[in-house]
Amino acid sequence: MSDLLSSDDVSALLITLKLAGISTLILLLLGTPLAWWMARTRFRFKAVIEALVALPLVLPPTVLGFYLLVVMGPHGWIGGALQALGAPSLAFTFSGLVVGSVIYSLPFVVQPLQTAFSSIGERTLEAASTLRASPMDRFWSVVVPHARGGFITAITLGFAHTLGEFGVVLMIGGNIPGETQVLSIAIYDHVESLQYGQAHILSGGLLVFSFVLLFLVYRSNRSAALLQRRERS
Amino acid sequence: MSDIQFRFKLPLGRFELDTDGQFPAEGVTVLFGRSGSGKTSLLRCLAGLEQPRDAYLKVGGEIWHDTSRGLYVPSRQRAIGYVFQEGALFPQRRVINNLLYGYQRTPVAERTADFDQVVQLLGLQSLLQRFPMQLSGGEKQRVAIGRALLNSPRLLLMDEPLAALDRDHKKEILPFLERLHRHTHIPIVYVTHNFDELVRIADHLVLIEEGRILASGPLEEMLARVDLPISRDVDAGAVIDAQVLSHDEEFHLTRLKFAGGELLVTWVDRELGSDIRVRIHAKDVSLALEPAVSSSILNILPARVEEMQVHGRGRLLVKLDLNGVPLLARITRHSQHRLGLEVGSKLYAQVKGVAVLV
Repeated sequence: MSDLLSSDDVSALLITLKLAGISTLILLLLGTPLAWWMARTRFRFKAVIEALVALPLVLPPTVLGFYLLVVMGPHGWIGGALQALGAPSLAFTFSGLVVGSVIYSLPFVVQPLQTAFSSIGERTLEAASTLRASPMDRFWSVVVPHARGGFITAITLGFAHTLGEFGVVLMIGGNIPGETQVLSIAIYDHVESLQYGQAHILSGGLLVFSFVLLFLVYRSNRSAALLQRRERS
Repeated sequence: MSDIQFRFKLPLGRFELDTDGQFPAEGVTVLFGRSGSGKTSLLRCLAGLEQPRDAYLKVGGEIWHDTSRGLYVPSRQRAIGYVFQEGALFPQRRVINNLLYGYQRTPVAERTADFDQVVQLLGLQSLLQRFPMQLSGGEKQRVAIGRALLNSPRLLLMDEPLAALDRDHKKEILPFLERLHRHTHIPIVYVTHNFDELVRIADHLVLIEEGRILASGPLEEMLARVDLPISRDVDAGAVIDAQVLSHDEEFHLTRLKFAGGELLVTWVDRELGSDIRVRIHAKDVSLALEPAVSSSILNILPARVEEMQVHGRGRLLVKLDLNGVPLLARITRHSQHRLGLEVGSKLYAQVKGVAVLV
């Protein structure tokens, strides 16, 4: 391993996986209720919330990163408040990266979940109510099985998208090896210093891994779609 | 169980559901009315699936909803069975797991339904391992009914369970519903706009029009009323509950007995003494002052004119009393004049057709 990857590369890989894992977990916890609300509400200004959630899809990551840096830095209102409480500001820390990733990957988790939740018939949920199921029980026994494909897509896209993040991370996390240096930035560093061999190994690894992940998702969605088509006919 | 008492006010688009009434907590109560008259909304209010601004509901001595006291028992705590028009089965669960959904959530001490019995009653044995998408419309509804029954309901609510089915599948389900009626003692509230379903299964009828209850009462009485909109229907007519008295093998006939006399019908393959409901259309009843001796008509019954109502030009609906059992006859005003009919007249009802329902 050490022949192929430097210790900095190994820690960049571990940090990346840790970041993607934690971010995906937080995204699921936040994104599930948000997507449920968006799929079910008749709130007048729902479109405003939908647009906000979708912003990271179109915004250059550097714009997002810039604002996060401003807010989370020692003079920003979040960073400043944290410092006043005796905690470090979020800029240039792993926690800051998590916050950035969560915001950046939010639409990739919320949108598939929202689509899946919207397709659950109101009658099906009402039927569960008349069959003695509490709201939590309904969620686990009716919603989750129905939205399984949506959850798989959301988890995979959230995870894969965080893996490939560059702009936001560079802006708010900097490039501290062993702390905030992730794979995409390590690759950039290798290229900058003309270590093409190292860059190849990391890039190729990421490419293959991302492809395999997406392939598995699309294959599982295809079988789900086939199942649904059979159901309709 | 005592009566079901209710009062609901709920906006419904063009008009408002504004109902106040009660019906017996036994047998089958049919909520009957045109599409969009508010009967489904009333059923949903009974189930706790709507939130009316003004609501009161008392079932079997228990208050389920009382907005004036801020009291509301959610659907999941009402011990009801609800059958939706489209079945609303859980698509990801096999039939057996659909059936057991409510059963498993019912505290053991409150379980009154027996799995094997319900499966047998509804003929579900061969379907248990299938998924809902592999079922026909009729099979889906049978599973939905079974799922509701296995929830050990104290009240079974059915929203046009046959509406989405074609005629063959209706024929497939109706016998199950009738068996259900006879084998369980769970009060059923059944929504339909179909006259045939109504006369086949109802004990009690609630007529709904534009969100209001027009009239309510036992089916026999209601169908024999000459003042309701349903009496103007071409299919208007009385239903009579009778018992099988004897069979005549030579002429392939069955003799039925009811309070107002006897009826001869074409052979009914049922045991002596079993209950049978027949329907006699008003248009199939003619009146005579003397019993016709040489006639092809089998059923000629003594009767008394109880009430008459003019329906349209030159036509008349006559309510007859056959020893306490009501019967309707549709005649022309010309005939009335010729026979000199008035309330209290004694005469003979000649019944041209008897439709056996159950």
